[in-house]
Amino acid sequence: MAEPADHRDATLLAPIERTGPGFYWAVGLLSLFILWGAIAYWTQLDEGLGVTGLHQPVSWGFYVTNFVFFIGISHAGTLISAILRLSRAEWRRPITRMAEVITVMVLFIGAGQILVDLGRPDRVLNVIRYGRYQSPLLWDATSISAYLTASILYLYLPMIPDIAILRDRLGKRELLYTVLALGWTGSARQQKVLNRAIAVMAVLVIPIAVSVHSVVSFVFSMTLQPMWHSTIFGPYFVVGAIFSGIAALIVAMIVFRKAYGLEAYLKPIHFRYLGQLLLVMSLLWFYFTFAEYLTGYYGGEPEEMKVFWAKFSGPFWPFFWGMALANFVIPVLCLMRLGRRTVGKVLAASLSVLVGMWLERFIIVVPTLSNPRLPFGEGIYWPTWVEWGETAGSFALFALFYLLFTKLFPVISIWEIREGREVGVKEVEERVVSYLPDTGEPVPAESVRRR
Amino acid sequence: MPRWGMVIDLDRCTGCQACVLACKAENNVPAVGMGEATRGRVISWMQVLTEEEEGHPGEVKRFLPRPCLQCDDPPCTKVCPVYATYLNPEGIVTQIYARCIGCRFCMAACPYNAKYFNWHRYQKEAPGQNPDVSVRPKGVVEKCTFCHHRLQKARERALFEKRDLAPGEYVPACAEACPARAIVFGDLSDPGSEVSRLARSPRAFRLQEELGTKPKVIYLTEGEGRG
Repeated sequence: MAEPADHRDATLLAPIERTGPGFYWAVGLLSLFILWGAIAYWTQLDEGLGVTGLHQPVSWGFYVTNFVFFIGISHAGTLISAILRLSRAEWRRPITRMAEVITVMVLFIGAGQILVDLGRPDRVLNVIRYGRYQSPLLWDATSISAYLTASILYLYLPMIPDIAILRDRLGKRELLYTVLALGWTGSARQQKVLNRAIAVMAVLVIPIAVSVHSVVSFVFSMTLQPMWHSTIFGPYFVVGAIFSGIAALIVAMIVFRKAYGLEAYLKPIHFRYLGQLLLVMSLLWFYFTFAEYLTGYYGGEPEEMKVFWAKFSGPFWPFFWGMALANFVIPVLCLMRLGRRTVGKVLAASLSVLVGMWLERFIIVVPTLSNPRLPFGEGIYWPTWVEWGETAGSFALFALFYLLFTKLFPVISIWEIREGREVGVKEVEERVVSYLPDTGEPVPAESVRRR
Repeated sequence: MPRWGMVIDLDRCTGCQACVLACKAENNVPAVGMGEATRGRVISWMQVLTEEEEGHPGEVKRFLPRPCLQCDDPPCTKVCPVYATYLNPEGIVTQIYARCIGCRFCMAACPYNAKYFNWHRYQKEAPGQNPDVSVRPKGVVEKCTFCHHRLQKARERALFEKRDLAPGEYVPACAEACPARAIVFGDLSDPGSEVSRLARSPRAFRLQEELGTKPKVIYLTEGEGRG
């Protein structure tokens, strides 16, 4: 590899080489939240789920909401990165790694929510011993574990050349990097095999990702419950997942841009493109939500309407309208014109979408349960400190995992940036030329048609 | 093979709650404390739901005793990831407490809210408990089983005396306790049984019949007594 290039990308290696006080402060702060979560979970394990606000009939609350939310966030990564890779979007280069890390880290947290939700976590292996494939929960287990495996592989493959750089240059943790680099030398043959493997994984991971949030939605839509039993839940959940995933990706990018001084790599243009993608997803999300609620309302089935009004004007109205505001109004206003102060606007929209999508998951899970078909009266759910603690702890644990990753591996793919400089520019030029009509003698229209 | 079923005559039900208490005593259903009750965690396998009469709010109460409806196509068993709840060959929806992982998917799926969760360790080991009923630990789902331990006992007795099970020998505690004889229990597969006869009555209906869950608890509408 050329020496000047090594020097140019020193910023990307800096967080791995040196550790400042900011890192310890961040770890300390996150640990406090994780401790809160751990105490909450220990209390719950010891005394039972009774320490939460769950009851009859609202037997699912924060944990299931978090599960759907976190698994949704996971669509940030692998899916977006795969689509950008396959569509040869050159601006993907500094983004893909960050996106893929989100997926892998958040999948652990998301799957963990189900474990936290179980009344008998000690019996979780019964799912394997006595598994019943008719249950959508088994579909979830299958799909999510396939996604986790594929995502880890898809994160790891493009990291191999970077790990080799670390092995050769860093001079610490040599054993780890040597093992993980798999003897990478950067030969043309190795590069060819790697590119092929990445392309295969990118294609493979898209259907798996779509299946993941479809089966998560099937947990709800396969039941007969009002406002759950809906045919559009699969695509609706997938759209919401990609929506919240992009928002999470943007937030992560802005945080690490600031913390590690990556302004040279993550430019306003990247945020503008992602912001436009977020805007499109916001409109798409609104369309799905509108279609879903209009269909319910127009049919006017009494059981459906009970849940419908509970959301619109009943006890859940702040959450419902908060969701509409945070998922549609605010992002559209922020993202409509991205000419100036792009990063700030995109950040505001993304934070708003993250809140809005969490509310969306909540507004799907709880109101249906709190309005039973038989005359039980409405069940109101309010979480206790245990659920708040577990939720805060989960977010903090995710942030900590992400942070630790960035201290071990470069958060922006070094070799792909180099490839962009060395190969990408020329390739794009050739590609654009190949799109244009061939220069030379203009061919008569007649002969073109015959060909 | 018998298909156990129940007919509840809403005209006869006085809302006295004798069935509820008989059920609790028979099945060791724990009484939760006041705090838990206000939090909505009362366990009542048999529950008398009340509704104000339409058109006469605040005047006339209507009662609807609701055990587990023992659906023939139960939404709860389908979603259980570990076969901890299933439809047994005689049509009773059973729970395996020792296998349940406590995911509460069955509770979310049951359109009748007939399933209950042990949010804490409610059941205490104390004298006076019915020894025939399985113990429910913390963190599992429980529900009405048509007192199916009574069936096992009755069947063993019949086997010991080398005879068939006689009609009326197996009756759940709620049906036995009802002073108004509003609850009739028996074998729906025997066309001559009283439940079968009542189930064919023009007054017979099933709860949320349109959902296609095919409950084996059949209600008789009010109205006969009032003409």
